[in-house]
Amino acid sequence: MTVADGRAIITVLGQDRVGILAGITAVLAAANVNILDISQTILQEFFTMIMIVDLKGSNLNFFELQKQLKARGEELGVQVTMQQVEVFKFMHRI
Amino acid sequence: MPTLFSFTPEEILETIRMVQVENLDIRTITLGISLRDCATGSLKETCRRVYDKITSRAEKLVAAGEEVATAYGIPIVNKRIAVTPIAQVGEPSGESDLTPLARTLDRAAAAVGVNFIGGFSALVHKGFTKGDRAIFNSLPEALATTERVCASINVATTRAGMNMDAIAELGQLIKETAQLTADRGGIGCAKLVTFCNAPEDNPFMAGAFHGPGEPECVLNVGISGPGVVLAAVRQHPEADLGKLATIIKNTAFKVTRMGELVGREVSARLGVPFGIVDLSLAPTNALGDSVAEILEAIGLERCGAHGTTAALALLNDAVKKGGAMASSYVGGLSGAFIPVSEDNGMIRAVESGALSLAKLEAMTAVCSVGLDMFAIPGDTPADIIAAIIADEAAIGMMNNKTTAVRVIPVPGKRPGEMVEFGGLLGRAPVMEVNNFNPAAMIRRGGRIPAPLQALGN
Repeated sequence: MTVADGRAIITVLGQDRVGILAGITAVLAAANVNILDISQTILQEFFTMIMIVDLKGSNLNFFELQKQLKARGEELGVQVTMQQVEVFKFMHRI
Repeated sequence: MPTLFSFTPEEILETIRMVQVENLDIRTITLGISLRDCATGSLKETCRRVYDKITSRAEKLVAAGEEVATAYGIPIVNKRIAVTPIAQVGEPSGESDLTPLARTLDRAAAAVGVNFIGGFSALVHKGFTKGDRAIFNSLPEALATTERVCASINVATTRAGMNMDAIAELGQLIKETAQLTADRGGIGCAKLVTFCNAPEDNPFMAGAFHGPGEPECVLNVGISGPGVVLAAVRQHPEADLGKLATIIKNTAFKVTRMGELVGREVSARLGVPFGIVDLSLAPTNALGDSVAEILEAIGLERCGAHGTTAALALLNDAVKKGGAMASSYVGGLSGAFIPVSEDNGMIRAVESGALSLAKLEAMTAVCSVGLDMFAIPGDTPADIIAAIIADEAAIGMMNNKTTAVRVIPVPGKRPGEMVEFGGLLGRAPVMEVNNFNPAAMIRRGGRIPAPLQALGN
């Protein structure tokens, strides 16, 4: 496995406001990253978004995309993480 | 809630919370490197080979660790190296002072960017060879004049008994090391561990070395997660102790799976075999990253109260049971570490008078490592330090487990005063020792015979 392909999970946490989804998906679209699934809830007043994305067609490597997402998150005042899907598989599935 | 492929949002958020709020991390990845083929008849040539081998083998260790940590979003706090006990590497040179080898290790560690390198070690449980003797000769100077080198001495095993000559001498050497680093609170002693039943694959410093039964090169992983266990215990104030054990097991399972994943990925990138996951709870001075606070969350007013040993036994066993299912190759020390200086809850317990040295010793009978990172008055006689080591080694020997002592007699300090080491090593309140004199026993020397368990075959 290399870090450049495969699936990743992106989580966005923070105060709810207009434009978070648009801001994050714009970064993904520009990088040619396909969104496979998305879930969005408000837990208490916190905006919580979880996305599963496919990095196969991405024109950025994993670390560069991670950096851009983080930067956009900072502009929007939310915390963005992107992790390889294996983390969740390994931790939660036997 | 909908599920995202096979994950629920709760599971995903649980992982994120563990890392971001509860300090889940891979505490350490340690590259074990055999230096046996570096031994030559000339110390200078041996040093050259040692430097070349370490720097070429560990060249990519730090970068690989950082890449994997970023990809998985799980921090790897320390990247370290463990080498063949230097007593064995230096012995063919015939030199009686191996300090130059310690300095070589220090330079090699700096060159590849690791903060500690373990293995300035000797295994003397049954007696000394010339190389072991040379390590003892060089210890204080080597520890005082290097930054990154860690030393360990195995003085006892369940099968061989206890080498009381070595223990008596270590009492002196620890005093000397403290004196040579008196301007820094005796910090040299924080890099020296005395073991009974030393594990060969322990990834945690200061006791890490690359044991004689290990392969050429191997990657071992030490996971931690006191913060995650603490959060889980606090969420269940209603659970009885049986249920609590299950909750801790589940948590330890998840944490260990992380270690297994990260360890396998880093070792694949380095092209070396994956060794073991050490499933320990190793505290840090970060808020909530405390083993003592877990014991308090189980229901004790302060760590050190009556009941602490029982609570620690529950915790230690549950961590092992959860971890043992998560990884096929579990090793190292595996269990709860209870260093005083690296755990805010332990520091508070000593300061408030709840935790004495005697209670700490009792706790080590049911936990991972032993009497770790505690400070005592600088004027404590060497014989008393040797006796502290002997008591702790006896607990390990009789109970067929690893125990260790990492004690710092802080020059010029009295009981109740604080010593600051800074950084990873934290700060420690100076603890009172029992000052009745054990010298006559220590000076008898010789070897305490192995207990009957030695004849287990």
